[in-house]
Amino acid sequence: MHDLPQQLVNGLILGALYGLIAVGYTMVYGIIQLINFAHGEIYMIGGFGALTMYLWLPGGTSLAIAMPLMLLMGIACSVLVAVGAERFAYRPLRNAPRLAPLITAIGLSITLQQVVWAFYPDAKADRTFPQFSGGPIDLGAFTIQRGDLFLIIAAPVCMGFLAYFVAKTRTGRAMQATSQDPDTAQLMGINTDRIVVTAFAIGGAFAAVAAMAYGLKYGQVGFKMGFIAGLKAFTAAVLGGIGNIYGAMIGGLALGLAEALATAYIQDIPGMELLGGGAWKDVWAFVLLILVLLLRPQGLLGERVADRA
Amino acid sequence: MRHRSQLILTAVLTTGALTLSACGSRDEGGDKSGDKGNTTVVIGVDAPLSGDLSAIGIGIKNSVDLAAKTANKNKEVPGVTFQIKALDDVANPSTGGQNATTLVGNKDVLGVVGPLNSSVAQSMQKTFNSANLVEISPANTAPELTQGANYAKQKERQFKTYFRTATTDALQGPYAAQYAYNTLKLKTVYSVDDKKTYGAGLARTFRQEFTKLGGKVVATDHINPDDRDFGAIATKIKNSKADFVYYGGEYPAGAPLSKQIKDAGAKIPVIGGDALQSADYVKLAGKNAEGDFATSVGAPPEQLDTAKKFIADYKAGGYSDPYETYGALSYDAAWAIIQAVKTVVNANDGKVPSDARAKIVEATQKVSFSGVTGQVAFDEYGDTTNRTLTVYQVKGGKHTPVKTGELEK
Repeated sequence: MHDLPQQLVNGLILGALYGLIAVGYTMVYGIIQLINFAHGEIYMIGGFGALTMYLWLPGGTSLAIAMPLMLLMGIACSVLVAVGAERFAYRPLRNAPRLAPLITAIGLSITLQQVVWAFYPDAKADRTFPQFSGGPIDLGAFTIQRGDLFLIIAAPVCMGFLAYFVAKTRTGRAMQATSQDPDTAQLMGINTDRIVVTAFAIGGAFAAVAAMAYGLKYGQVGFKMGFIAGLKAFTAAVLGGIGNIYGAMIGGLALGLAEALATAYIQDIPGMELLGGGAWKDVWAFVLLILVLLLRPQGLLGERVADRA
Repeated sequence: MRHRSQLILTAVLTTGALTLSACGSRDEGGDKSGDKGNTTVVIGVDAPLSGDLSAIGIGIKNSVDLAAKTANKNKEVPGVTFQIKALDDVANPSTGGQNATTLVGNKDVLGVVGPLNSSVAQSMQKTFNSANLVEISPANTAPELTQGANYAKQKERQFKTYFRTATTDALQGPYAAQYAYNTLKLKTVYSVDDKKTYGAGLARTFRQEFTKLGGKVVATDHINPDDRDFGAIATKIKNSKADFVYYGGEYPAGAPLSKQIKDAGAKIPVIGGDALQSADYVKLAGKNAEGDFATSVGAPPEQLDTAKKFIADYKAGGYSDPYETYGALSYDAAWAIIQAVKTVVNANDGKVPSDARAKIVEATQKVSFSGVTGQVAFDEYGDTTNRTLTVYQVKGGKHTPVKTGELEK
C-alpha cells in the first residue's frame, strides 16, 4: 500500500475529469428530465475544436499562448453543438413522451461521432494533441504529471464559477426555480426556454474544458472518446444524485477513486487475483454504482431533488 | 386509407428498385465471365480500413492493390486481369465474419488477403474453408490459427484454406524475451496485455521464454484495449521497480500506456510485438516512445535487396498512406495468390476452370517464389517457412531495426 497517496491522486484527477463532464448531464436532467446521451459527443467535439485551433496557429506557437485560444475555440464548438442540439433535436420533442427525446439523443450521439469520423481529416484513428514539455512534478509522497496541471486548476475554478452562478445570479436563481417547477416558474415571468438553452450551453462549456484537459493529459483526442467518457459521466451523475450539480462532482471523484483503487489493490486481496487489474476497473466502477443505487437510490447528494430524480 | 396506399406504393417501388439493381449486378457478372479473352479475377482484401488500426489496414490494402496492378502490367497471367475488392472489418471479429460471407458470395473472388487481427481471423476461417476459398493473412501471428488450440503439445492443422506470410507469436514472443534477457541484460519484467487473441497469446509466449531463460515476471496485468487512462497501472509499474514492461497488444492502447508509464516517472522501456511497430505509435506516445522496442515479423524491407523494387513501385504508385508494417508481407500474400492462379490457369489451357477455388487452394500449398520479404512458401500447417524476425527500437522518433535473425533453439 506504499503507493496509496499516488493512487488517491490518480483517482481524484481522473474523477475531476468525469465530474466536469457529469455537470452537463446533471444540469440538463435537473431542468428538463432529459438524459442527454449525446453529451459525450459534445465533449468530443470540444476536443476537436481545440485541436483545430492549434492546427490553425502557426507551427511552433508556444502552448502558453495557444492554450487560451484553444480553450475558447473548444468551448465555442461545444456550446454551438449543445445549443443546436437543444434547438433542433430536443425542443421539438419537449412535450413528447420521455422515450422520444432519449432515442433522439442516442441517434444524435451516433451522428456526431460519425460526422467527425468521416469529415475531420485523419480522424479515423486517434489524433495527437499538443502536450506540455517536461517530466512529472515530484511532491514527495506523490508526483503530478505535467499534463494534469490544466485539469487540477480548471476543475475547481469551473466548479467555483458554477456555484457562484447558480446561487448568486438572477439567471442562476431562475434556473433553480425552473428545475423545481417549470410551469410555475413560467407564470412568474421566467423565460424557461432561455433557461434550458443556458443549461445546455454551460454543460457544453464544461465538457469542452474537460476535453481540453483530456487532450493535454493523454496527448490525443479521437472520435470515439465521447462514448466511454459519456457513460462514465452519466454514472458519476447518477452516483452523485442526478440533478444535483455538486453531486455530479462528488460522484465523478468517487468514480475516479473507485477505478484507481480497484486497479491498484483488488488484485492483492487473496482469492481475487483474477478479478483485479486494469481490465476490471470498469466492472468495479459499475459495482459501486449498483451498491449506491441499492443502498441510497437517490444518489449520494440526491436528497434535495429527490422528488424529481 | 391514404396512408395505406402510400405504404403500398413505397413497398412496390422499393421492391422494384431492388429487383432492378439485382439484375444489374447479375448482368455485370455475366459480362465478365462471358468475355473469354479477358477474365477478371478478384482478390479480396479484409483489413481495418477505418478505426484505430486503419493506418496499418490501409497499408495492407494499398500493397495488395500494387501487387494486382503489377501483375496486370507484366501480364503475369495472360488473359486474366486482377482486381481487388477491399472490405473494412474495423478490427471487429463479427464484421470480419460478415465480410467473409460477402467475399465467398462473389464468384469472381478467388483468393483473399487478410485480415490484420488474429481475433478477426478466427471468425473468418470457417467460412472460407467451407467455400474452399484461399485466405492468406499477412499479419496474423496467433499460433492456434494454423496449429490448433493445443499447438504447444500437439500441432494439428484446422483449416486447409488458411495460410499466412507472417510468422507466429510462438516465435515472436520468445524472440523478444531472448533479446531482452541476453542482449539488453534486463532481468525483471512487468507484463501487461489487452486480453485479445493476439495480445494475450504474445505476452504468454514471451513470459514462458523469459522465465525459462532465468528472468523474473514481477507482475501480470491486463487492460481494456478501448481504455486510455492507465494512471493507476503506471503507478504500479513504477513502484514495482521492474527493468522493463512487456506489452502484448496494439498501438492505440500501447502508445498511451507507454506515455503514461514514463509520465509517472518510470524511466524504463516498453517492449512489444509487431502491432506496436507503427509510425502512429511514435506519434501518439510522443517523446515518451523514445527507447521503446518492438519486434516484428520478417526482415526490415528497407534492408532487403528484394524489397527495393517494392518500395520504389509503392512510391511510384502514388499512394497517399505509407505501406506500414505489413505492406511487404501483404504484397507477398497477394503475389502467392497470383502465382497460384497462374499455375491453375496454365494447367487448364489458359482459362480459369470452373472449380478454380479448390484448385487454387492446392496450388497455394505448393507455391514457392522469391518475394519481397524473401523466399515465400508454406509448411504443412499453412505457416510461412520464412522465420525471420527483427527487433526495432524507437530512435529519433522512428522505429530503427537493431537486430534481425531467427529464434535460437
